[in-house]
Amino acid sequence: MIRSVTAVAVVALSATLVAVFPRSILVFLAFQCSLLFVYVTRIPGWLRAGLLGLALIVLMPLIGFFNGYYLEVATQVGIFAALALGLNIVVGLAGLLDLGYVAFFAVGAYSWAIFGSPQANLIFGGGFPLAPGWFYVFLFVGLGVAALTGVLLGLPVLRLRGDYLAIVTLGFGEVIRVLANNLDKPINLTNGPKGITPIGRPPALGIPYNEAFYFLVLLIVVVVIVVNRRLEDSHIGRAWEAMREDELAAQAMGVPLVRAKLMAFACGASFAGVMGVVFSAKQIFINPESFTFLESIGVLAMVILGGMGSIPGAVVGATVVTVLNLQVLKGFSLWLNELKNAGVTVLGYSLANLPTQLEPAKYERMVFGIILVLMMIFRPQGIFPARRRQRELAQAQQDSTVTPVVTS
Amino acid sequence: MDYELLIGIFPQVLLDGILLGFMYALIALGYTMVYGVLEFINFAHSEIFIFGAFVGVEILLSLQSAGWLARLPWLVVLVLVILAGMLASGLLAVTIERVAYRPLRAAPRLIPLISAIGVSFFLQDIIRLFESIWRNAFNLVYPTMDAMNHRFELTRTLDVSVRSLVVIVAALLMLWALHALVNRTRIGTAIRAVAEDQAAASLMGINVNRIISLTFLIGGAMGGAAGVLFGIQYSLINPYTGFIPGLKAFTAAVLGGIGNIPGAMLGGLVLGLLEAFAASYMSLLTGGAFGAEYKDIFAFSVLILILIFRPKGLLGEVVRGRA
Repeated sequence: MIRSVTAVAVVALSATLVAVFPRSILVFLAFQCSLLFVYVTRIPGWLRAGLLGLALIVLMPLIGFFNGYYLEVATQVGIFAALALGLNIVVGLAGLLDLGYVAFFAVGAYSWAIFGSPQANLIFGGGFPLAPGWFYVFLFVGLGVAALTGVLLGLPVLRLRGDYLAIVTLGFGEVIRVLANNLDKPINLTNGPKGITPIGRPPALGIPYNEAFYFLVLLIVVVVIVVNRRLEDSHIGRAWEAMREDELAAQAMGVPLVRAKLMAFACGASFAGVMGVVFSAKQIFINPESFTFLESIGVLAMVILGGMGSIPGAVVGATVVTVLNLQVLKGFSLWLNELKNAGVTVLGYSLANLPTQLEPAKYERMVFGIILVLMMIFRPQGIFPARRRQRELAQAQQDSTVTPVVTS
Repeated sequence: MDYELLIGIFPQVLLDGILLGFMYALIALGYTMVYGVLEFINFAHSEIFIFGAFVGVEILLSLQSAGWLARLPWLVVLVLVILAGMLASGLLAVTIERVAYRPLRAAPRLIPLISAIGVSFFLQDIIRLFESIWRNAFNLVYPTMDAMNHRFELTRTLDVSVRSLVVIVAALLMLWALHALVNRTRIGTAIRAVAEDQAAASLMGINVNRIISLTFLIGGAMGGAAGVLFGIQYSLINPYTGFIPGLKAFTAAVLGGIGNIPGAMLGGLVLGLLEAFAASYMSLLTGGAFGAEYKDIFAFSVLILILIFRPKGLLGEVVRGRA
């Protein structure tokens, strides 16, 4: 009872604070933490669902009216959460390290970008862009094309052992990016490094676009979570986990390895494809820069941080990493600039003398790097470990203490 | 089709390919040696490589600003810079192994790989951070040494600069030294023993951890030397430059047969030549439809094809387990 009251109070308080101080990053962070608190604290299920629903469906768009940027952050979090959930299937459940995951995102994004903008006229002569309503059709087209790409990539490379597979998927990600960068000749398909713009948006439903995209992303994330939940305990989900623990044993138990791996690739890819379509419509403009290796590793960092194979983990990981990049690093950059312009001195050192090339906002690689290394060394199961994964790691630890290979 | 042009550029392309190939070979050694002893892809090796290039450029720039660069004999400067790059990169590699890989040796095999990716990203930005504060720039240009820009004209269509020769000679020297070290010394025997069977080597009184550190030191040093040579040859470096050559060097290591030292050298050369020819001839042969911008794709396609059809690589070292 006390916990329930606390949970309600925490959400109400933090939401009020956001309304009072719409510009403060710390207050918005507190709001996000309050949602996490509601999720982890032990309160009745209906109250938890109600509070989270209220916060995400009512409070968040309201906050968006006070400060549109926060709604943008929330939308980005949603996009990356869906990506992390997709990669979670491949890496977390099936145990296949995919370092080129963003390629599927790119495939989805380009499929709508080409047909939802005048770009397709260069190929088919005329009649484009398609009417805004087609956007909803393309959500499924993007899903299909990305899944197909996943299968096509999977077919030749799935025989490879784990670490080789990782490098090949990395290469594949780069191939897709280089193709997007260069397919402006002989036929102009992607418009090369200049990118495609303007990309059509879905028909307006009487609410502002930012809110509309927020709800669309939220809806997709919910669907993705439900699908993930169902997959986890399904026949194929069990097969994936068996395969991850021990391929040979799984095969001996009758798991069709190739089919299970292809399914994992296709499922993971399809989520990215759908989000790609949404992303391209939301941004209006895309170019190959949005689909670099850095993005793939960012999504991987989200999955690792939250815990491989864990659904709440993937969502929390996506939130933490996105917020770190979009708010903390950027906020730090802005703050430093303000101090610089104000001519503040610290311990006799004038901050105006700081090198101009020092931009904290650009150090997302460092964030990803630190997350990956620290998590691997100190908590490989992640913040919200999946139960089975945790046992597996404990098992590996035990095995290694029983038969030490290396002694010094 | 302009056959005269096709044949005319051949020697120059060949030379470029050999240069590139030696560069890849030096970097590939780091991947292959570490893979040989630990069966682990040291993803951070591309940053170990570019770290050497940064140490080199820092020394050269300080010499330049002190006014010594023009006064000292260029060969002395060159040897000094290469040695410094080797030492720095070697020590960096050993440190990385100690901090980020050793605690994970017993973990499932993807865990250290993920840690290595993290190290790689972290190093890129640490170098950037340092150079941003120190020089307020992280795209650095190697200062030119006049003596090294001299070009010999071999034929009408082919000339070779001193720095290209330096790269080739230095690479050959180092490859020979490494070969001798691994095959003719007690340390080399120990390294091979650890690569063969860690437990047995340990029973024979070899300090396995020390040999692993040593492997990282040697592999890192080769990478550092390659970094300095890369800077000398191509001048412009930034913290993110190392990534693509690193990936290609890994491809070269796989091409030659990963874990196999002569294989890495051969793989490097073959890949360098393939890439140089692809870059110059693809656009000529397809009438400009596909140009040099596809050379990266080309290297990755080579990687995928080898892994599918001949995972053992050209020299076919027996790799334990299935590739």
